[in-house]
Amino acid sequence: MTEKKINQATGKATKGHEWDGIEELDTPLPRWWLWSFYATIAFAIGYCVAYPSIPLLNRATSGVLGWTSHGQLADEMRRADSANAATRTAIARADIATLDPRGALMQAAITGGRAAFKVNCAPCHGAGAAGSKGYPNLNDDDWLWGGDRAAIHQTLMHGIRQPGDNATRMSQMPAFGRDGILTPAEIEDVVSFVRTLARQESVTSSARRGAALFAANCAACHGPEGKGNRQLGAPNLADAIWLYGGDRSTLVQTVTNARYGVMPAWGEKLDRATINMLTAYVHSLGGGE
Amino acid sequence: MSSHDDRSGKHGGLYARRADIFPRAVDGFYRRLKWYVMAATLAVYYITPWLRWSRGPYAPNQAVLVDLAHRRFYFFAIEIWPHEFYFVAGLLVMAGVGLFLVTSTVGRAWCGYACPQTVWTDLFLHIERAIDGDRNAQFRLKGDPWTVRKLAKRVLKHGLWLLVGLLTGGAWIFYFADAPVLAQQLWTGQAASIAYATIAVLTATTYAFGGLMREQVCIYMCPWPRIQSAMLDERSLIVTYKDWRGEPRSHGTKRAEAPAGDCIDCKACVQVCPAGIDIRDGAQLACITCALCIDACDEVMAKVGRPRGLIDYATLEDCKAEAAGADPLPLMRTLLRPRTLVYVGVWAAVGLAMMFALGERTRLDLSVAHDRNPLWVRLSDGAIRNAYTVKLRNMESRPRLVSLEIAGIGGAAMWDSAEDGATASSRLHFIIPPDSVDERRIYVRAGDGAAQQPISFRLSASDDAKARDEADSHFERPEN
Repeated sequence: MTEKKINQATGKATKGHEWDGIEELDTPLPRWWLWSFYATIAFAIGYCVAYPSIPLLNRATSGVLGWTSHGQLADEMRRADSANAATRTAIARADIATLDPRGALMQAAITGGRAAFKVNCAPCHGAGAAGSKGYPNLNDDDWLWGGDRAAIHQTLMHGIRQPGDNATRMSQMPAFGRDGILTPAEIEDVVSFVRTLARQESVTSSARRGAALFAANCAACHGPEGKGNRQLGAPNLADAIWLYGGDRSTLVQTVTNARYGVMPAWGEKLDRATINMLTAYVHSLGGGE
Repeated sequence: MSSHDDRSGKHGGLYARRADIFPRAVDGFYRRLKWYVMAATLAVYYITPWLRWSRGPYAPNQAVLVDLAHRRFYFFAIEIWPHEFYFVAGLLVMAGVGLFLVTSTVGRAWCGYACPQTVWTDLFLHIERAIDGDRNAQFRLKGDPWTVRKLAKRVLKHGLWLLVGLLTGGAWIFYFADAPVLAQQLWTGQAASIAYATIAVLTATTYAFGGLMREQVCIYMCPWPRIQSAMLDERSLIVTYKDWRGEPRSHGTKRAEAPAGDCIDCKACVQVCPAGIDIRDGAQLACITCALCIDACDEVMAKVGRPRGLIDYATLEDCKAEAAGADPLPLMRTLLRPRTLVYVGVWAAVGLAMMFALGERTRLDLSVAHDRNPLWVRLSDGAIRNAYTVKLRNMESRPRLVSLEIAGIGGAAMWDSAEDGATASSRLHFIIPPDSVDERRIYVRAGDGAAQQPISFRLSASDDAKARDEADSHFERPEN
């Protein structure tokens, strides 16, 4: 080993480099530091053996522990599922229509329903269940087919106008214009009358003519005062809520061509627990009866 | 061997071996001061969790408790919630400024007397001396071949060190749970595994830091020695060797041959130093200013009939003055100078501000978040309904009857989402359980109006007129 150069000012050994008179001292590492460094190297080798680490062409070495991120996720999901299993079973067996609304099980059902709603229902009804044109807002107090838990459960199970489901909610509004039941002028009159029901317009001669037409053609389903009929999913025309729109041109379109909203029968796709949870959640949104 | 000069690497080699340090026992004013400080700090550490403080039936009765599970910090009459963490931040600011103050006046007094690293290292050194004997005996023992006697001493020493570590870790966990209950659980093996793990980790770190690493923690791991140079100035009291008085040092017959200073080069100051340094080299990073060298030197000066204080607390300014034959500044002038007064001012200002905030804080808190999806809902009668998530915080440890009011929109009424809309009113009453947050979804119904209107929620407690809080939000309607 060659003799170390000694820095004059400090009397310490240098690395032998010099830049404009500045020298690099060769101060040795503390031994404990060096050992810690070796320990990290040993740890890294152990880690490479135990876990996936060294990249190959298509994949990395798998490691003797067999750990994968997918496997870890699956494990965690399994654990979560088994932790929830008892609650899910209890919710599935419960009669959601009569379940104690303040009980812990109901709260669990609402929480689960919130998640299930985002996955299954949000595409049509929106993430906040506020709906959109043709898709009912589930937050309000207006229900086409009933807003108590039994009715909501029935709607969820069998859907609305779902082909192939015998218990589905079924009704069909006639296309008064397209099928020639009413003339365009008569439709204008009916619309005039309907718009007086929720006080959107004042009573005109057109509305008075429409009143008679409404009694003859519409009252059978929508009722003599236009308050609707939940047996038939006939909407209340006297309130402030319009599924497709309460303006004149939309109403003319509705009466001319009719409406035929469809909702899938979720009973085929989702298990009982999820249906019950969705029932609880939708009922909890502020309009439940 | 006993000096840090060996770390210069003159001899090559990749690493520096830790120099063995076997400090000699010493007695004197500062040694006794260190005993008192050690007794006081250890007593505070071990006794604090066992102090009781009655807070009624709904809160723990431990005076100092960090309740991580329920996210509460109890300190005697003060209870801190997570959102009040700024009090802890304020304490840290005070601790920081206090450290600046202490350092600029009396140097690294924290390091020398009160730092846990110093206190525990000191404790470990005493255990070592009790078993192995003083400095010279320890040197001899190290060189001795491995005999049964040496092995027994080593086992006993490390065993006692581990025991101290165990007691250190064992005391720490009592700050985080009810001490008597946890103590019982610990013995019966029913405590949480995190408690045992914490004890194990703290036992290991106490043993390693206090027994094995000692001054290396201060030199290599702690940032404070690096910062102190920015904190010290020429009027800071630091442990100083008065070279103008001591040099030229010499001993034995040489003293008669040439002019000699007071230093007889007995190396007593080096022998007692727990950091293994020579204070006569001047102020240095490794010096924790424990002042044991002052005691050691005073002892020697008394024996050779010279005035004490060859090594002493002194400021650089005083040293200069004394060297020139002038008198040093009086102590008060040294301590009271603009810099220290500013530190005291900042420290006191933060403390007073926190005490004021503590006195003024209400133990009732309201926060309101407007639901954003949907922003509004039209009801069948044409009215508009908005939903709000309100959090009612009762920070007292008793249940409270509170009332929540809305103001700002005429004719508006609210109701709890768990209740029927028929209960709607402009004022609702709730009973909030003690020491808890009551989260509710509140519906507010109002007639037609502007697309956005301010609305305020007011919370007040029935049992205390001063306990009230207000939160502003807004009421949304469709834009026509």
